[in-house]
Amino acid sequence: MARAVTPRRKAFNTLAAWIVGVLVFFPILWIVILSFKTEGDAIKTPLAVLSAPWTMESYAVVQERSDYFRHFWNSVVISLGSTVIGLVIAVPSAWAMAFVPGRRTKDVLMWMLSTKMLPPVGVLLPIYLICQSLGLLDTKIALVVILMLINLPIMIWMLYTYFKEIPRDILEAARMDGASLKEEVLYVLLPMAVPGIASTLLLNIILAWNESFWTLNLTAAKAAPLTAFIASYSSPEGLFYAKLSAASTMAIAPILIMGWFSQKQLVRGLTFGAVK
Amino acid sequence: MSTKASRSAARAMISPSVLLLLCWMVVPLAMTVWFSLLRYNLLMPGAHPFVGLENYQYFVSDPAFTDAIVNTLLLVGGVLLITVVGGVLLALLLDLPIWGQGIVRIMVIAPFFVMPTVSALVWKNMFFDPVNGLFGHLAKTIGVQPYDFLAQAPLASIIGIVSWQWLPFATLILLTALQSLDSEQLEAAEMDGAGAFARFYHIVVPHLARAVTVVILIQTIFLLSVFAEIFVTTNGGPGTASTNLTYLIYKESLLSFDVGTGSAGGVIAIILANIVAIFLMRMIGRNLDA
Repeated sequence: MARAVTPRRKAFNTLAAWIVGVLVFFPILWIVILSFKTEGDAIKTPLAVLSAPWTMESYAVVQERSDYFRHFWNSVVISLGSTVIGLVIAVPSAWAMAFVPGRRTKDVLMWMLSTKMLPPVGVLLPIYLICQSLGLLDTKIALVVILMLINLPIMIWMLYTYFKEIPRDILEAARMDGASLKEEVLYVLLPMAVPGIASTLLLNIILAWNESFWTLNLTAAKAAPLTAFIASYSSPEGLFYAKLSAASTMAIAPILIMGWFSQKQLVRGLTFGAVK
Repeated sequence: MSTKASRSAARAMISPSVLLLLCWMVVPLAMTVWFSLLRYNLLMPGAHPFVGLENYQYFVSDPAFTDAIVNTLLLVGGVLLITVVGGVLLALLLDLPIWGQGIVRIMVIAPFFVMPTVSALVWKNMFFDPVNGLFGHLAKTIGVQPYDFLAQAPLASIIGIVSWQWLPFATLILLTALQSLDSEQLEAAEMDGAGAFARFYHIVVPHLARAVTVVILIQTIFLLSVFAEIFVTTNGGPGTASTNLTYLIYKESLLSFDVGTGSAGGVIAIILANIVAIFLMRMIGRNLDA
């Protein structure tokens, strides 16, 4: 709303917004601060915490004692693997539904969406038992496949809404100029589809990275990604605030940065195009 | 425009995802329904006799079931109330002309990207802990007895944690909706003599109504399945004070290894989620035509 406001009014609004913003953000800020303190200082009163000396000690200890980067690597493999495999399957489907819509396309889309509504706990036992009998408990493969499947409907939907926006006249023009289907896809469609594919990739990496039902239930020490690794701090021994903070900071930093870049896509992806 | 060849090509491109999702949906679902009719406990090897609806009867008559349903409703309702009201207020605030809007927005949406186990553990230890937590320190500073949030008000504390995670989502969606509001419409109303309240009530509120509905429906789907936040903070306790339906089924399934009862609970959870899903699907489907 580009309407004139007095500077005083604007200053007041700015102050209010910043106070709320800092309050909402504060827990994240606080763990970043604690992660640079010693264990002894991290449990002191807030003012004493702030004035205590800064140190990188906790980061080193977390890596040394719990092999942090193995879990980090598990998270990378699971989120990236599930998203990339999902995209390979989703892109052709979404392309076909957007450009060669049939009578039943809408029904198929709605049905795909409905699979997303299935509460995970409703199929916990079958999936657990299937994984168990295939020897896939506590493996990255099982999680790559499952997270790919639970995010597949979101991927198809997001890609579909992006592909829908590509003007079809361009495709027809290319076809008139004698482009084959392969050329059409490769030289006309793909360049225009890349931004949509990139946003879909980003959002689904975020979702897979933070997924905490299947990752907690299907992994133990070996394949545990960061969600499950952090959960092991729920029964800690001794002082652990600084270590928990360091582990948490490293776990959320990459995804926070990706998330800030994908704000707009987040709305579209999570509302299945209902709000843009 | 579509030729026969391109249509069959399209079918070939769609079928992998359809088949995969079909398997993903049908196989586990059929297994859950089948298991729910058997007496089947992983700790007791042997035959799994067919027992009809006995597991359902057992699951539903357990007092923990009633508690879990009440807790699930309180959790979903509480978080929805806080995030929708807070989200509307925050979105209205962030839509005003302010300095540094981009930065404030980044700060407000940040909690959404924090993994559930991290946010739950951070709130549990760094804030709620009566001895070393921030609220504990604060209470001691002003001379009050520190309050043990997770022991004395476990469900309310979890509602707080989950609300913190979902407030950004509601805010972001409502803000996006607000920004798509045609400002000329507001200016025209103002010129016609509509006051600030009238403009808000007759133009902004109807415009936001749809976005609010979307927020409520989508959040409900996710909130029915809250798990990690309970798993790392209270383990559903004390007693069943913070056990929701998802957690109760998890307990029956992977802690008691009672496949039959756990599956019966799973079927009930699926039915509940479907009631919400029907409304959501209708809304999105309507949007697809537009």
